[in-house]
Formats: sequence, structure tokens, C-alpha cells
Amino acid sequence: MTAHPADLETRLAAARITSAPPASATGLTAETGGRVPALSVRRLRLNAFRNYSQASLDPDRRPVVLTGANGAGKTNLLEAVSLLTPGRGLRRAKTSEVDRIVPGAAPTPWAVAATIDTDTGPVEIGTGRDPEGERRMVRIDGNPEKSQAVLGEYFSVVWLTPQMDRLFQDSAGERRRFLDRLIYGFDPAHAGRLTGYDKALRQRARLLKDGSRDAAWLGALEAQMIERGIAIAAARRVMADRLARACAREDGPFPGAGIAVEGDVETWLGEGAALDTEDRFGAALQANRARDAETGGAAVGPHRADLVVTHLAKELPAGQCSTGEQKALLIAIVLAHARLQAAERGAGPVLLLDEVAAHLDEARRDALFETVLGLGLQAWITGTDRVTFGAFGDRAQYFEVEAAQVRPAA
Amino acid sequence: MQEIERLVQLLARLPGLGPRSARRAVLMLIKRKESLMQPLAMALAEAADKIRTCTTCGNLDTSDTCAICRDPTRDQTAICVVEQVGDLWALERTGVFRGRYHVLGGVLSAIDGVGPEDLNIAALLARVGPDHPVQEVILATNLTVDGQTTAHYVTERLEPSGVKVSRLAHGVPVGGELDYLDDGTLATALKSRQLV
Repeated sequence: MTAHPADLETRLAAARITSAPPASATGLTAETGGRVPALSVRRLRLNAFRNYSQASLDPDRRPVVLTGANGAGKTNLLEAVSLLTPGRGLRRAKTSEVDRIVPGAAPTPWAVAATIDTDTGPVEIGTGRDPEGERRMVRIDGNPEKSQAVLGEYFSVVWLTPQMDRLFQDSAGERRRFLDRLIYGFDPAHAGRLTGYDKALRQRARLLKDGSRDAAWLGALEAQMIERGIAIAAARRVMADRLARACAREDGPFPGAGIAVEGDVETWLGEGAALDTEDRFGAALQANRARDAETGGAAVGPHRADLVVTHLAKELPAGQCSTGEQKALLIAIVLAHARLQAAERGAGPVLLLDEVAAHLDEARRDALFETVLGLGLQAWITGTDRVTFGAFGDRAQYFEVEAAQVRPAA
Repeated sequence: MQEIERLVQLLARLPGLGPRSARRAVLMLIKRKESLMQPLAMALAEAADKIRTCTTCGNLDTSDTCAICRDPTRDQTAICVVEQVGDLWALERTGVFRGRYHVLGGVLSAIDGVGPEDLNIAALLARVGPDHPVQEVILATNLTVDGQTTAHYVTERLEPSGVKVSRLAHGVPVGGELDYLDDGTLATALKSRQLV
């Protein structure tokens, strides 16, 4: 057995987020501002996807504005783009939930095909439900891939949805998921570590619940939790730290944000080396076995951490700010992340902004649009009314969505 | 048609087959009744009748105490522990390992209700110890959470016996290009580098 597997995993996790930018980053840093190299979707094809029997869209690199009535299918297009990355997309849907439902007919497996422009040239991505089950199939340039995790190597998106307006009031779990998604953009392996950690955690919880006193089995599961858990905590700490530095100053109408991850394992990492944390985490898990058996889950671990955001100028926790301010804080974080990712990985993510104009005053809305344009990111933005997007003028491209049909707007 | 439907349902339960591919397989079998279906049925019946699980190591063979365990030319000082018989076959195909095997028959999984007593672990412990010639146990479980948990557990249980415990190396695959390796594999390979 490797003496200290957690140490290696931890250094790897942290390295992916702090590594020197590749040559293709063109020397841009998060601090210099200006246009950044960015990913974009050039071609999008949907088949049996939600309310669409078929749809096709061929956008250029400019922001994509989708307007239409409620229920027309605007968010479904955003969801299709979000499924070009690993995971369950912006609605966190099960694979089979995405199928188009036609009353009286068997469900047809959904599929999304896209051409992505990356800093190293175009990539063809295909994904959809396996006709024989729940599995999501993935093809890159026509070749089947075993795991959807590979998508993270080619494409990355960050989304803001109306549900996230409550992020700072929601459970800590929602905020952890938000931070974790930001990390995927830097380190696609983060998703695998989370899955592994979660699996070991659930196995341990079940074992404790069943009243097992098998110390060797529990110890073996805790070793798995420690190895992955410390790497997860380290990646989150590094990400939060980088975002905090990038968001420290007020950026136009977007307030400066204080960003930190709070949790036992995170604190221990701050106090000592990964190896010490490994011992402390191990001791805590062992000491809490009886308590965990009663409560289910585990009393300590990165699954209990929280992302803590504060409005710096007002010295207020984000959860206590006004709805509009909370949204502005969230947007500040997302934009800072896009800049960092562009500088580090050579290409900024695609932004999916669902009904983003809600809760934003005109000044903030226009400032958001100007920042997106300034960065040169391909943002997919939905709204009910074209007038809202006046500030874009012809610097964006417009599509009308009506009853599951999408066409370029006049 | 009930016979066909039943055949489809049974085939669809095989790993890698769903209802659709099972239907295709059944149609093919019916089409080649004499050349494929009947020989397959006979082979299935014969296998069901003759195949036994080796009580020593958990391997499958037509005799209890399998051919590998019986083979006097094989190294008695090394046991390679695998999850499933398929893993044993994979290792045998390499022709490199000349010791004996131990098939656990799965991995520890509290969620699936698989505990140490459900795996072939007690039999492994009985094969090592002062009265036995085994000097080394090689753990060849999968690199999944459950596989690693099981390896960790078996290591702990083997500790009192004093037998040497090793595991398969992780690293650069044969014929692999460094440029294409993921960071985790590359870092592990570097860490477990060898002197040349």
C-alpha cells in the first residue's frame, strides 16, 4: 500500500488549480482584464430533447440571446449545452428524464450533438441516453468514450439559473455543489474524487447503521474517505482563495466579495500539512463512529463544508444582503472564475445565464452584458422580452424560441 | 411464442445485453438452429452439469481442487488475490504469474449487503500462516472505491500472519504515451518509479 495516498491526491488536486498557465493562455491574467480566449459552441443539434423533437442552432462566437414565452423551450437549449460537460446538467436531471415524452408512445432516447471551438481547434461532441438504459453515452470526434468524465477535458460551462438566486439562503450542499462546479473547469478529476468520497461515505454509513463493529472494514472505508476527502478540501480551499483574491475589489456595479470555505478538514489543512490532516481526519472519523451510527452520515468531512460569501463593503454575510445584491455577488464570482479559467486553461467557459435579468437593475444588467462582451465569452442568455437586451445591439445574436422551434430572430 | 419471449428475457439478464440485443441474439440462434443453437444448448447443459467451484481458491473448473491448485509445477509461495474469476483469467492470459490464486468472489459493499463473511476471505486466511509455504500475497483488486476498500481490509486481516503483502503497480500502461496520460496516473507512476 502507498504510505500516504492522501498526500499525493491532495497535491495533485491543488496543483490543477494553481498550475502555471499553458502557453496558449497568451499571457493574460485575471487581473489584466480585456478579452480572454474562450470556448464557444458553433453548432448545436437536439434530438428528442425535452420538448424538442428536433432543433438546430448555428451560432457564432457572440453572445446568444434566446427570447420567447414561458415554456417555449429556452431553458431546454441551455440544458442541452450544459450536458456537453460531465454530470447531470443545469437541472440535475436523471438521464431518462431528458427524453421527449410523446403521450402514448415509447420514449425516444435523447441526443445532443455539438461542434465546440476550443483553443486547439474544433471538437465534435455527441452525447445522449443509451437506448438500453440510464447510461449516458459520449462520443468525442465520433469515437465512443467509456466515461462522460472525458467531456471535462474539452468543454466547460458555468451557469446561473433563477433557482440559484436563493443560493446564499439555501443549504450548504447547494453552495458546495456550486463551488465544485467551478472547480471542474480547472480540474475535471475533481468530479471523480467527489463520487469516490461519497461512495465510501455511504458505505461507511450503511455499515454503521447495520451495527457493524468490524473495525478493519470501517478503517478500510475511512482510508478511502481520507484519501479523497483531503484532496477535495484542498481543491476547494485553493479555488476559494483564488476567487477571493479576484473578487476582492469592487468591479463596477458588482460588489467586492469575501469568499472562504469553512469546515473542519479545511481548517486542519490551513493549520498544517496534508499528512497531519490525514491523521486528524482519521482520528475524528474513528472517534465519531458511535455518534455517526445514530445520526447517519458522518459528523466531520468535506461533505459538511460550506462556502461562505460576504459583501465586503457592507461587511454583511451574502445571505443577509438584498436579492439584487446577492445576485450581483454571484455574478461577480462567476465572472472572476471565467477570467481565471481563461488565464489558466487557455479558454474561458461558456456562460449559461437563465433569466439573468430578473432581480438586476438596469445599470447592473447593462454592466453584466458589457463585461461579457468585454471578455469575449460566449454567453447563452434567456429572457422573455427582446427589449431587455437592448444594450447588446448587434454585438449579440438573437434567436426566437416558440413552441419547441428555434429560429434566428428578424 | 412464449418460448421465444422467455429466451429473450433470460438472455437480457446477461451482462452487456439488454432486451434489444437479446432479441437480436435470439433471432440469430433461431436462424442457425443446427449450427449454433443446439450446440450452444448442449454446451450450456454440459457446463451446468460439470463446472465446480474450487473449494481451495474459488476458481472454476470441472474438478474441485482446480487444475491450477493441483499443478505441482506452480509456485506455492505466492498467492494472487482477485475479485472475480474473470480477473484470474486475465492474469493467466499474461502467462507471467506462476503462483496460485485466490478468488474473493466480489468486493465489500455494505450497501449491497456484501460483508467479509460473504467473500472468500476466511479461506484465504486459512491458506497463509506458519504451517503453510505461502510467503507473499499479491492483491490484484480493481482500483475502484470498493476494490481498494477490500484490498485495505484484506491487508489488515493478513497482518497477524506476518506474510508479505504486495499490490499491483499503478502507472504508465505498456505502449502508453506520457502526453496522453491523466495527471493522477502519471503522478502515481512517478511516485512508484523503479531503479533501472
